[in-house]
Amino acid sequence: MTIAFGGRWDLAAVARQDAPLRALDAAGASRAAIDISALTALDSAGAWALHRLRTKLRAQNVQADFVGGKEAYLSLLNRLERPPRAAPLVPPRPNIMVVMLARLGSGAERALSESIDIVGFFGQALATAARTLLRPANVRVTSLLVQVEQVGLNALPIVGLLSFLIGVVLAYQGIDQLRRFGAEVFTVNLAGISILREVGVLMTAIVIAGRSGSAFTAQIGTMKVREEIDAMRTLGLDPVEILVLPRLLALVLTMPLLGFYADVVGLFGAAVSTMLILDLSPIQFMSQLREAVEIKHFWVGIIKAPVFGFIIALTGCRYGLKVKGSAENVGRRTTQSVVEAIFLVIVADAVFSIVFSRIGY
Amino acid sequence: MDAAIRVKGLKTVIGGTVVHENLDLQARRGEILGIVGASGAGKSVLLRTVVGLNRAVAGRIEILGQDTGQLDSEGWRRLRTRFGVLFQDGALFSSLTVGENIQVPMNEFMDLSPELRDEMTAVKLDLAGLPPDAGAKYPSELSGGMRKRAGLARALAVDPELLFLDEPTAGLDPIGAAEFDSLIRSLQRSLGLTVFLVTHDLDSLVAVCDRIAVLVDKRVVEGTLDELLANEHPWIQSYFRGPRGRAAIGR
Repeated sequence: MTIAFGGRWDLAAVARQDAPLRALDAAGASRAAIDISALTALDSAGAWALHRLRTKLRAQNVQADFVGGKEAYLSLLNRLERPPRAAPLVPPRPNIMVVMLARLGSGAERALSESIDIVGFFGQALATAARTLLRPANVRVTSLLVQVEQVGLNALPIVGLLSFLIGVVLAYQGIDQLRRFGAEVFTVNLAGISILREVGVLMTAIVIAGRSGSAFTAQIGTMKVREEIDAMRTLGLDPVEILVLPRLLALVLTMPLLGFYADVVGLFGAAVSTMLILDLSPIQFMSQLREAVEIKHFWVGIIKAPVFGFIIALTGCRYGLKVKGSAENVGRRTTQSVVEAIFLVIVADAVFSIVFSRIGY
Repeated sequence: MDAAIRVKGLKTVIGGTVVHENLDLQARRGEILGIVGASGAGKSVLLRTVVGLNRAVAGRIEILGQDTGQLDSEGWRRLRTRFGVLFQDGALFSSLTVGENIQVPMNEFMDLSPELRDEMTAVKLDLAGLPPDAGAKYPSELSGGMRKRAGLARALAVDPELLFLDEPTAGLDPIGAAEFDSLIRSLQRSLGLTVFLVTHDLDSLVAVCDRIAVLVDKRVVEGTLDELLANEHPWIQSYFRGPRGRAAIGR
């Protein structure tokens, strides 16, 4: 029998004719000629369909051969002589229970190795800091000042706006709840103590973790990807001293200042609220504040600021140095660094709360 | 002979710098045209402009007989099924396996049965010289040379008539580069492709290109190797007559 093909025999044509072609049967013939002399175009899909047809006929003990056709077509058909085996395109998916167990195990293992890594990097940073600060001439002043500007000065607008709004919100909530007891004026106590002790510094730390901690990871991570860190090492420079230390010092120094600023702006927000709703004059607000809030509340808040700064800088830099390979990894490490920095800041805050309540502050 | 690519009076500006000015270029159907030029001369920009990733400031670009300046988005979509592009490092989608990468253009442009699609994927892997089990691997599990082959398989997915290659042999060892050259040559012969090959590699230039277009002074000087060897332009002279050029040409 003869099976003749003509015209354009390309992927679109194969897609249309695939079903009848697959259903084609030798119908008892012992010889078959696949006539391709009328073809005007043949691409790899068309060649594959013809090749598949011949293979199938031969498997049915039919002597099938191509007849006619340009030389180019025959050479394309010959290219497919090594029949491609269809292999799975997606790796086999393992059992879901196994996957979950494996995930649990690797999570636990990672938590452990992360903890060790944190302690190790903490020690390395402290040792480098001690070594450098003993010889103050080695402190990179320019780099430090640039970092102070970036993490401190440039953060003022966002920290200020958020603190102001938090002050407004706290005062509003306080007024609403305390009005039921006719004790609206104690809103000042509520807002004052919570801003000074907790919220002012904590909000600042969260904003700085999102703003500066992420920037540290991205900056150092990008340098790592471009092998700049390796270049530094081969030049005998210590990346911890040059990159980590200025950032660490900058955040430890600026966080108390930012925390103080956040306290002031937050109290200002509370004052504006009480003034608008309770008709409390700024003078009355101040005197109520002085009466209700001791200075120790301010110190309890502000003493946490450098610790939070240290945690954020350490986490940001550590993840930056952990970046491996590609730009994609920088993004992933940055996300992880912000999440971990905020987590550690809140854990540290809880520890501070317990300690202060134990020593009766 | 009709042209697969015809560029007339092209002008491109990137970031305020004029990269090409009044550039004319022609790639004939069924030939491999090599594009060379100094680093920063705008080879990749030229490729990106021709395939429509950059906008030309002035000039006319015809691909497979269609003026790309006149095409609407549907016209571009149909034209894109007729050419394939291989980017420098393959540019495979990292969240998909190699096989799924090859199927992306098939799913996008063609209505194929799953069975035929899988068969065609296997054919493309084979054409690009990859083993069948590479289809199930993710791009990150492949070596640089295999990623390029996988990128080539994806560029060939819907059987284009025209293939754009951006420095296909950059970053390959000499053996891998030579293999890739001969792969391109044999694919071009058996599939009747027109190839637009941007390269830095003198060896592949000599080994596979029918004609060469040299980017100098924001324009193109086209010709066969022999014609360019006779060209007086100082950059062309030092490119082909320099120690590396002489070694590659072997005369």
